[in-house]
Amino acid sequence: MLQQDHEILTKPIIEIKKLHKSFGSNNHVLKGITLQVKAGENLIMLGKSGSGKSIIIKCLVGLLAADKGSLKVFDTDITKLDCTQLNILRLRMGFLFQNSALYDSMTVRQNLEFPLKRHSAELTDAEVEKEVEEVLKSVGLIEAIDKMPSELSGGMRKRVGLARTLILKPEIIFYDEPTTGLDPITSREISKLILSIQKKNNTTSMIITHDMACAKLTGDRIVILRDGVIYLEGTYRELENSKDEWVHSFFE
Amino acid sequence: MTSYLKDVFTNTGNVSLFTASFFKSVLKQPFELKEFANQCYLLGYKALPLVGITGFIMGLVLTLQSRPTMVKFGAEAWLPGMVALSLIKEVAPIITALICAGKISSGIGAELGSMKVTEQIDAMEVSAINPFKYLVETRVLATTLMVPLLVVFADCIGILGGYIGMNIHSDVNLFRYLSQILESLTFLDIMPATIKTFFFGFLIGLIGCYKGFTASNGTASVGKAANSAVVAASLSIFIVDMMAVQLTDILYK
Ligand SMILES: Nc1ncnc2c1ncn2[C@@H]1O[C@H](COP(=O)(O)OP(=O)(O)OP(=O)(O)O)[C@@H](O)[C@H]1O
Ligand SMILES: [Mg+2]
Repeated sequence: MLQQDHEILTKPIIEIKKLHKSFGSNNHVLKGITLQVKAGENLIMLGKSGSGKSIIIKCLVGLLAADKGSLKVFDTDITKLDCTQLNILRLRMGFLFQNSALYDSMTVRQNLEFPLKRHSAELTDAEVEKEVEEVLKSVGLIEAIDKMPSELSGGMRKRVGLARTLILKPEIIFYDEPTTGLDPITSREISKLILSIQKKNNTTSMIITHDMACAKLTGDRIVILRDGVIYLEGTYRELENSKDEWVHSFFE
Repeated sequence: MTSYLKDVFTNTGNVSLFTASFFKSVLKQPFELKEFANQCYLLGYKALPLVGITGFIMGLVLTLQSRPTMVKFGAEAWLPGMVALSLIKEVAPIITALICAGKISSGIGAELGSMKVTEQIDAMEVSAINPFKYLVETRVLATTLMVPLLVVFADCIGILGGYIGMNIHSDVNLFRYLSQILESLTFLDIMPATIKTFFFGFLIGLIGCYKGFTASNGTASVGKAANSAVVAASLSIFIVDMMAVQLTDILYK
């Protein structure tokens, strides 16, 4: 039993090999990213603004096409899938957008119902309602359920976005700066929430963040992006004590 | 100059591809019936007052302006028929289509453009919902259905406006007015005019969606999408109208 658990934990669920991506002829953003994420792991990705962190996870869900390289998720190379096959995989992945990307013609409730009703047609209205309320409670926003996104603050929008990502119970979650723009207390709550989701559903996460408190709390492993490649990787401890000036500056 | 030509050609190519993917996926499951009905209501309802007012004014003005000429030739009895004919065949379709280009096409362009810029379309895509089916198809189908209905509405209101125009100078019985109109209308007058309005509706929806859906990132592109949707839609309406008129001219010789 223990051995089995161990095996699941060490098997890579995301495998990126030599990923290249450029925009136009003179903006070569990713220059050969190679990276593995094990099942059940929380991977933190650091890097300067504009270094291409968001691009990597957008390639992983097929929002952007990779120029070169292979991207394996759940042991399937997603660059070779057609639309239908990709959508089946996408149902098992969640994506929290950097700017929340809430549907602003819908209320918070409708935002959360929208993916749920489409993909779980067997649920009754009462069950849908219960799920929506439950997930909103978990991000602490139940009182905003009938508001429009335009009536919410940036932090509240982020939490609704998180709720919308969680509602389909994905096995892999990509968080694009989940705590940026939040106060320290809410940030801490979100970080704890990420941690508890990982524990409860054994989800795998890739978390892009500039918030070192979040990285410290949630991360099992950290990778740092620089000049289009993975510059360094290690645990929080290891990187914190790194001799490298540049790496060290992240931890100040 | 060459870069301008290149732009024109790439644009034409992209619009063709966009149209092709519309027809390819429109017959495939799942059908977004609820959203389609919702869009029909929203788009049709939004343009209704404006279309009504302009239709009324067109009927009234056409009657008042043609009246002196008709009276001079002693053909006053033909006035209702003539006004109704020009309303149904040309004025109501083109005016309604232009209003819808300004109101609906730009609205769709701005809405989808801002959804694109704020990554809402991407969000739909990653939650395995086909944004093309959900956003584009429903809107294009809705305008294809609603613009002809709005034209019929404009026809009716325009004829009513004409009746009031008649009554400014003389006292005409409504039934007599209507029967004069029905006498002068034939099926061949109405049919081509109705068919072309479906094309107008299709273009209005398609161009709005295309401009919004392909907006580049950045908020400035939202305004650009709305603006260029109106220009492109209006121009293509005139072109299609011209082709439709020439075609019917050949067919009914
Ligand atoms: N759609 C696009 N078209 C052209 N260039 C793009 C596009 N999207 C991103 N880029 C370029 O890719 C680079 C990386 O962008 P990305 O959004 O991944 O940065 P990031 O690491 O997430 O930064 P941040 O921390 O600020 O979010 C940027 O320099 C940007 O200019
Ligand atoms: Mg980013």
